[in-house]
Amino acid sequence: MIWILFAVGFWAAAWSVNLALARMNLRGAARLIIPAIFGMTLLVIWEGFVRGLNVSPVILPPPSAIALRFGAEMPTLWADFSQTFLKGALRGYAIGCAAAFVTAIAIDRSPFLKAGLLPIGNFISALPIVGIAPILVMWFGFDWQSKSAVVVVMVFFPVLVNTIAGLSATVPMQRDLMATYGASYAQTLVKLRLPAAMPFIFNGLKIATTLALIGAIVAEFFGSPTVGMGFRITAEVGRLGLDMVWAEIAVAALAGSGFYAVIALIEKRVTFWHPSQRNEPT
Amino acid sequence: MRRLVPILTVLLVIVVIWYVAAARMNAAWSYDQAARAGGAVPTVAQIVALSMNQERPVLPTPHQVAQELYKSTFGLKVTSKKSLIYHGWITLSATLLGFAMGTGLGMILAVGIVHNRAMDASVMPWAIASQTIPILAIAPMIIVVMNALGIQGLIPKAIISAFLSFFPVLVGMVKGLRAPERGDLDLMATYFASSSQILWKLRLPASMPYLFTSLKVGIAASLVGAIVGELPTGAVAGLGARLLSGSYYGQTVQIWAALFAAALMAAGLVAAIGWIEVRTLRRMGMVR
Repeated sequence: MIWILFAVGFWAAAWSVNLALARMNLRGAARLIIPAIFGMTLLVIWEGFVRGLNVSPVILPPPSAIALRFGAEMPTLWADFSQTFLKGALRGYAIGCAAAFVTAIAIDRSPFLKAGLLPIGNFISALPIVGIAPILVMWFGFDWQSKSAVVVVMVFFPVLVNTIAGLSATVPMQRDLMATYGASYAQTLVKLRLPAAMPFIFNGLKIATTLALIGAIVAEFFGSPTVGMGFRITAEVGRLGLDMVWAEIAVAALAGSGFYAVIALIEKRVTFWHPSQRNEPT
Repeated sequence: MRRLVPILTVLLVIVVIWYVAAARMNAAWSYDQAARAGGAVPTVAQIVALSMNQERPVLPTPHQVAQELYKSTFGLKVTSKKSLIYHGWITLSATLLGFAMGTGLGMILAVGIVHNRAMDASVMPWAIASQTIPILAIAPMIIVVMNALGIQGLIPKAIISAFLSFFPVLVGMVKGLRAPERGDLDLMATYFASSSQILWKLRLPASMPYLFTSLKVGIAASLVGAIVGELPTGAVAGLGARLLSGSYYGQTVQIWAALFAAALMAAGLVAAIGWIEVRTLRRMGMVR
């Protein structure tokens, strides 16, 4: 009972602090305090209710138990992480994005191909592509190659569609200017159209980061060596080791957010000129 | 018609590539069979013919998939465990329930975020962060834990679907509810409208185009969630279960048929929302 009261009390306190902070118009890094307090509140409520209501750890382990397990199982978690993320997801991501980029530039010169491929690409990116995982696992075997293949297919279409959209983002006036300079196709591409396409391309790349991790993990549900995040999750769920599952999810969350953050950081460097990246004086 | 020609051409090329790939990938098995049977080495034409209609091909040909798809949708009774309509309905019901839950949650959160600054500052970053997490990885755990609590069948899958579909709706709705311009809001203020009146008469109508765009993304995401939610239950029922049992028993034609059924369902759902969108926006006078 004390635990629940404590959790509710903490919640009320944190909420009023956040209300006050929200009124203060914070700037810069200080703005992160509000979501940080909110996240901490969630953890405290979780811990408090699990302990207070005596929830079985088989159903929902408290965050502290997960943290302990996380610390104890570092080597296993690292092995799973390198198998799924470093080997499967990253390689597939690199191959898929590069292939989509090259394809987009190749079909960019042909309006016919563009008119044919764009609707199909849009259609395919709305499909449940994870479904091809069993087929690719059958073709490429159980190791990381099949996971990379799934990731390649999953990231290909979002990046392709975004790159094609980006390549047509220039205004006729700008292209006319390049023409009056006597710029060749390649020069126009490198100096005008690719830079203009960057915000769109990065949009695709950011969507693809999440898809890559999802693809690599879900593909492991269909067969994997005895290492990997998807394998560990299914295996530990079977053994009711829920704290390990949550530790694995924490790794996935960290990897996913980290990956996204890295791409977002590169985007900030590359497309510093774009309105959405400017630091508005508020 | 002029827009259709390029699309059909590309589709035709894809089908041709598919046939060629099927012939090449299935040829190894045909050669193997011929070698075991003894006799002369078959000609290339024979091999190609043999590769077209194998029982368990590495890559089924399009007509095999079409046949299986037809057979398992129209050729069987709806109640049959092999009928794709039966499995499709199970997946569809979880998708729709999850989609409804996710959309509702997303809209409520969006209204809260627009009206409350503390919520805006604290919920929004976490909603965004939650999407960089591969939520689908949690699917098996949600299923098993719900199972332990005695909840089975539709609800756990729907929860996964809801989790995947709430985010696009949330982001779209926040954008949409903030779409009215300063002048419109000022006009409402001169009418002395309460904030709930502003919500119902100005913000909600203004958010409709944004809402429908995110609904289309959301429903596709919920279908993925429902399919993945079916995987860890041990291949009982649903399109995801068909995928899994096909992969266990090497029934490639069955996998492809289930995959195409899922694709058709996704296309149908998105098209249905698109149809409602056009109708609604036309009635509201937003598009002509």
